[in-house]
Amino acid sequence: MINIFEVLETNKMIEKQNLDVRTITLGINLLDCADSDVNVVAENIYNKITTIAKDLVVTGQEIEREYGIPIVNKRISITPISLVGARACKSPEDYVVLAKALDRAAKKVGVNFIGGYSALVSKGMTKSDEYLIRSIPQAMKETDLICSSVNVGSTKTGINMDAVKLLGEIILETAELTKEQDSIGCAKLVVFCNAPDDNPFMAGAFHGVTEADAIINVGVSGPGVVKSALESVKGADFGTLCETVKKTAFKITRVGQLVAAEASKRLGIPFGIIDLSLAPTPAVGDSIAEIFEVMGLERAGAPGTTAALALLNDQVKKGGVMASSYVGGLSGAFIPVSEDQGMIQAVNEGALTLEKLEAMTCVCSVGLDMIAIPGNTKASTISGILADEMAIGMVNQKTTAVRLIPVIGKDVGETAEFGGLLGYAPVMPVNQFSCDDFINRGGRIPAPIHSFKN
Amino acid sequence: MKKTIITVVGKDSVGIIAKVCTYLSENQVNILDISQTIVQGYFNMMMIADINDSTKNFHDIADDLEKLGEEIGCIIKVQLEDIFNRMHRL
Repeated sequence: MINIFEVLETNKMIEKQNLDVRTITLGINLLDCADSDVNVVAENIYNKITTIAKDLVVTGQEIEREYGIPIVNKRISITPISLVGARACKSPEDYVVLAKALDRAAKKVGVNFIGGYSALVSKGMTKSDEYLIRSIPQAMKETDLICSSVNVGSTKTGINMDAVKLLGEIILETAELTKEQDSIGCAKLVVFCNAPDDNPFMAGAFHGVTEADAIINVGVSGPGVVKSALESVKGADFGTLCETVKKTAFKITRVGQLVAAEASKRLGIPFGIIDLSLAPTPAVGDSIAEIFEVMGLERAGAPGTTAALALLNDQVKKGGVMASSYVGGLSGAFIPVSEDQGMIQAVNEGALTLEKLEAMTCVCSVGLDMIAIPGNTKASTISGILADEMAIGMVNQKTTAVRLIPVIGKDVGETAEFGGLLGYAPVMPVNQFSCDDFINRGGRIPAPIHSFKN
Repeated sequence: MKKTIITVVGKDSVGIIAKVCTYLSENQVNILDISQTIVQGYFNMMMIADINDSTKNFHDIADDLEKLGEEIGCIIKVQLEDIFNRMHRL
């Protein structure tokens, strides 16, 4: 039988170390909502989402109550909307009609976000994909809960540089249209390489075409628990360090698995995957950067940070895989700047730069995340940063992503405020040398060779 | 049978266990196991209980005990046992 110390340990993790289930995400296939009339598509989408997801939030709250574990977000991911709207949408404006329907549906069922205002263009863009991408700024301006993502590259197809160029412009336009709120639209727009079909985390979640009609994916979290476990092995060697992370990840993931199985059973929707991620929040103690500090780095960004992150990421996966029957999604440590108090501090103190963050993305999930840059950054420069990050994903056969926020009207030294889980971010300097001629070439970067690994 | 874990955490004082047990007995909740410890001056108690024969459902019992906790200056949590089993048992 369970004993009092085990019970107290679990409750301490929840109460003092911010252990939570970060999200239950319900994936919904919307392919059967297609029609030639955009208003009919909008109605079909609204009806399908509000029917399938009607009990999602209540069920999440019940599970929270009965197990005493917070489930921070209840979300929905949907089929990339450029596929659903392809037949009906003849202009970017048509897509905005669908965006509003999605927003209404999300508000009706009470979820935090709905992800999948997306296009998959890793090799080429259809006319529909392009309309969708061009509609993103307006869609972000006119909705509250929609998250958008575009997959512009993959290890198998290479990088679609036309899409990379276009997205540099789209990110700036989104920033401009949402400048009253520190360009928050860009915080809900992710550019991917090797985007997974079953990611439950926003802003990049969508319900891939390889998925079933509806599915429950769960994202676990718990940087604070890992940090606190590591505090108890200060000064120990790497073997002990790794073992501690692994055991902690196992415990965290077992809770995620329990919640996923319960949600699946109660909603009558199959369980998909657990996403083994360490997702920080702006709360003190719920930070990846603070884990580095406990590991022995003065600040995130100090020499050794990439190694520390590689170790952390790998051990989280090793512990988590054992605890769950199916693992998927992004699975790794997230290193968003604005959502992590320790990362914000590291940037403010000059310990962490954009270039170091880029290096860190080579060994973790996911990429350059929630980074505020000056609002006067050129579109081509943003495209250049996108291309670099996509190349890392393509060559290393991993998912990478970019969520940059050019904060209109703000410059280096100022701070952008997004609020809630999105946090706040110091505006970081960007390399000022031009990449115009490189980005303007157009076309594709071919897929890399898969042998002769060096 | 799903077991329920009731934890009571707070400053030690006279009658904490009595008050919680009185509530449980009035509501036909059977106590299967009880243990307590003092951690850093704080009173910690855990009960493993069976609420299946209770006239009240899980959510009502959890709400009532939470309120009772506020009255006696303790934090009382009611959770299904599964979360602890999953985390600590293979």
